[in-house]
Amino acid sequence: MVRYARHLVLPEVGVVGQERLKAARVLVVGAGGLGSPVALYLAAAGVGTLGLVDFDEVDATNLQRQILHGTSDVGRPKLDSARDRLSDINPHVELVLHAVRLTSDNALEIIENYDMVVDGTDNFPTRYLVNDACVLLGKPNIYGSVFRWEGQVSVFAVHGGPCYRCLFREPPAPGLVPDCAEGGVLGVLPGVVGSLQALETIKLILGKGESLAGRLLIFDALDLSWREMALSRNPECPICGDEPTQTGLIDYEDFCGLPSGDAPGAAETAMAPDEISEIDPSELAERLATADPPFLLDVREPYEWEIANLAQGGAVLIPLGEVQDRLDEIPTDREVVVYCRSGQRSATAVRTLLASGLPRVHNLRGGVLAWADDIDPSLTKY
Amino acid sequence: MIQVRLNGKDREIESDLTVMDLLESLELNPHMVVVELNREILSRDVIGDVRVEEGDQLEVVHFVGGG
Repeated sequence: MVRYARHLVLPEVGVVGQERLKAARVLVVGAGGLGSPVALYLAAAGVGTLGLVDFDEVDATNLQRQILHGTSDVGRPKLDSARDRLSDINPHVELVLHAVRLTSDNALEIIENYDMVVDGTDNFPTRYLVNDACVLLGKPNIYGSVFRWEGQVSVFAVHGGPCYRCLFREPPAPGLVPDCAEGGVLGVLPGVVGSLQALETIKLILGKGESLAGRLLIFDALDLSWREMALSRNPECPICGDEPTQTGLIDYEDFCGLPSGDAPGAAETAMAPDEISEIDPSELAERLATADPPFLLDVREPYEWEIANLAQGGAVLIPLGEVQDRLDEIPTDREVVVYCRSGQRSATAVRTLLASGLPRVHNLRGGVLAWADDIDPSLTKY
Repeated sequence: MIQVRLNGKDREIESDLTVMDLLESLELNPHMVVVELNREILSRDVIGDVRVEEGDQLEVVHFVGGG
């Protein structure tokens, strides 16, 4: 109990509160940017049982923000480094490691063992999955998300309060919202947001203070400003409404307009669906060397172009969000090869171009990353 | 011109705009945001029909998915 001395003197915690923390069972989904500060602080605070869901390995690009993991952990499963770090911070915490991807098949079974869930996932399908599973099981969902310099925090699915789908009724258009791998995120930002998630979790366990349920907190790290938005439960919400139309979990990749079985969030490994034509980097390199090279279209954002591009191959930049409005800049009499960072956004652009009537459009398989691996190692990978 | 409250700040905008017009003037893609009008979330298929009125309170929230 000595380690909790600063808690014990707090009137809102005390021995009773500390015992509540000890008895609490919290599941953290994702041991990444948000999951790191969440798990570190919850372990340090003495949450008795901490579950962690993650199937990923530590990558060097994680270290800028995922403070559970260190340089020597690169290549190890994230749950291994998380266990080492967390058990050192507080050996009295029981860690339950779920080395799986959370899916519609296992989510209810995993989550039902916990009192509440902290959403630290990095993709929309899993966010909708976590939300729906929490609503169905009646477990609070402590939500946080980050992108570039913006963070959001709320508490969803507490009794009578709104859920994630009351706010985000319809998922974003597939491929349009870049993830942090594509758009970047300031490393400190998930530290701020994840710390707030840990705080809200502890308050819920203690039953103290005003929770963020019914409020969405939006943090702008560049302006250093906070905005608060009042949220209400939607009586017509398909999952938490008065007459829910959805009483079980669904296929969330499909719901978000992504090809089923796709690796959510893992843009690097995502496969484009079969119906669009794909071209390998080696094949593209050969084609670019011919007298009749294809038109090369880069659909990433300008700052990504600055990091690495295929301008040598004649590439032209039109960000995905502008493709529909700038179709007249794409020649109709040439074959077109579209690329992005990993091949996911470009697959969306290929479909847009095909729908506009362009006959011969191909997706560069694996995007700039594959090009750097196979053709031009001097290209910066990001 | 009419006065509205947008993202917690008073703003003067042109009158007779739909929510979609307003998003466009802010260079926001309606497929990447959610709009709350007077504490009610608007579904995407009505934002081209709903007009912004004097004194309306609007909140525009980005889809933010990273973790």
